[in-house]
Amino acid sequence: MRFSPIRSVVLAVYALLVVVPLVVVVFGSFKTTPELFESPFGLPSSLSLRNYEIVLGEQNLDQAFFNSVVVTAASVALTLFVASLAAYGIARTPGWKGWLIFGFLVLGMSVPAQANMIPQYVLFDVLGLLDSRLGLVAINVVVGLPVAVFILGGFMKTIPREAYEASAIDGAGPFRTYWSVIMPMSLPSVAATAIFLFVIQWNDLLYPLLFIRSPELKTLPLALLEFQGEFLTDYPLLFTGVVIASLPIVVAYVLLQRYFVAGMTSGAVKG
Amino acid sequence: MTTTEVDPRQAATPAGARRRRRGRGATRAHPALLLFPLPALAIYVVFFAIPTVQAVQYAVTDWDGFSATFSNVGADNFRRIFTADDLFANALLNNVKFMLVVVVFQTAFALLLAVLLVKNSRGSILLRALFFFPTILSSVSVAFIWKFIYDPNFGLGNRVLDGVGLDVQLAYLGEASTAIYWVALTQVWFHAGQMMVIFVAGLQAVPAELYEAAELDGAGRWAQFRHITWPMIAPATAIVVAYTTIQSFKAFDLILGLGGNPPKFSLDILSTRIYTSFANSEFGYAAAESLVFMAVIAAIVVAQRRVLRLTQKDV
Repeated sequence: MRFSPIRSVVLAVYALLVVVPLVVVVFGSFKTTPELFESPFGLPSSLSLRNYEIVLGEQNLDQAFFNSVVVTAASVALTLFVASLAAYGIARTPGWKGWLIFGFLVLGMSVPAQANMIPQYVLFDVLGLLDSRLGLVAINVVVGLPVAVFILGGFMKTIPREAYEASAIDGAGPFRTYWSVIMPMSLPSVAATAIFLFVIQWNDLLYPLLFIRSPELKTLPLALLEFQGEFLTDYPLLFTGVVIASLPIVVAYVLLQRYFVAGMTSGAVKG
Repeated sequence: MTTTEVDPRQAATPAGARRRRRGRGATRAHPALLLFPLPALAIYVVFFAIPTVQAVQYAVTDWDGFSATFSNVGADNFRRIFTADDLFANALLNNVKFMLVVVVFQTAFALLLAVLLVKNSRGSILLRALFFFPTILSSVSVAFIWKFIYDPNFGLGNRVLDGVGLDVQLAYLGEASTAIYWVALTQVWFHAGQMMVIFVAGLQAVPAELYEAAELDGAGRWAQFRHITWPMIAPATAIVVAYTTIQSFKAFDLILGLGGNPPKFSLDILSTRIYTSFANSEFGYAAAESLVFMAVIAAIVVAQRRVLRLTQKDV
């Protein structure tokens, strides 16, 4: 290849730009502030877990971690269930009716959160869902539905009619067909949707910021954001928070990388 | 759709057809199928569609979010947005600067990376996975990482400048006139890999024969890119540009992470501005701002499509 040397240089430089800050953060989470300022790139002098003890113990990030796990798991599962039911129904509704339902649900993808968050806030207030994990799950489901229906519906429409019919001939009702035939067949797209929702909902800051007041109900991004005021320049503590907040998603990325790329690009196709 | 074709089964008497279908039990959609989209539709209508419409109703009031009474102020909120609100004008200007830089640089850079990594070799696949990585982090995490890079006293940025022998030390986010561009750089680092993946998919769909034929005709590398690649990846480019635009209007968390809550004047963008109005209990006014916000995004996305189409048409 003609541009081979330039290519290598560009790629190597960018690889460094991605890797170095991440390494600095991980190493930094084991350092003291003076040590970080002294040698930001160096290995930590000891594997001291002091920062982790402070962040998880005194700063209660363990509670935030728990909240994030509960809220995200429930949100992803519920969104997937409701959206896949809809996608299945739509895929089996022939003609314009199916398209109309699909189009109506998917239209929501083009509405930015800021456009309806205020009436949503008022509605959640009336229903007593503010400042609760349940409320966060509910809003996550609402906001995640359009894109989930978009990805799942797009996939289920491509499943051949025969698959639905064969199952019916075997005497399965619609729910059985959905659960034992169509969902297993849609696994790649279900996985991609799950990852997309997981990343969005795990990292979401807006709705916790709007809804949550009680310190013990904060999720990780909100708890982290509030670190900022407290430890203005205590970077090692901020970095420790970053590592803790990122860990589950990084582990998932390493294990399920294929689905991440599929999920986060099919989710991106929502211009 | 089906009326033009004569289906033999439909040609039979309706009763007969129905009986036969029921006998086969499969070809007709089960009536219960209509129930499946119902939960999604109910949730969506109550919690999403109606609130979206309500935003329009709020936008013409002076409601503060908790008073029992409020009055209808007509177009006053909009008049204030366009003529009397320096904060909104500032946020809009910051947001447009931010968006332009991110869209141009992130798209170009993502495309460059995609071109360099289009082949499915081991090394390319590994690098793609690495470059994609920042996208999965939370915006607040990314903001903290870059806060340290941009720290004027101890940060990595100035240290690197020093290390390569440059006698410049930058203030980064501390310099009001350029602060928003440093956030734009962070945004590019954050999401270039995600857009690269979309471009890789687009590039891999271009038939190799086109390049072979062009090579035979003596077309150079740039000519091949200009006349084959660029027009052929038009759908991918449209997606990337539209998505990047929307992302750069939604960079809410990144701004709060880097610029504080509420953000500094120099880093305030539309989404943070709306949130701040809301947090100040100006519900009606914030709703009006959010409608203008939506209109701005829609107008920009439409304009971009036009511009892109012009560059792609000339093959």
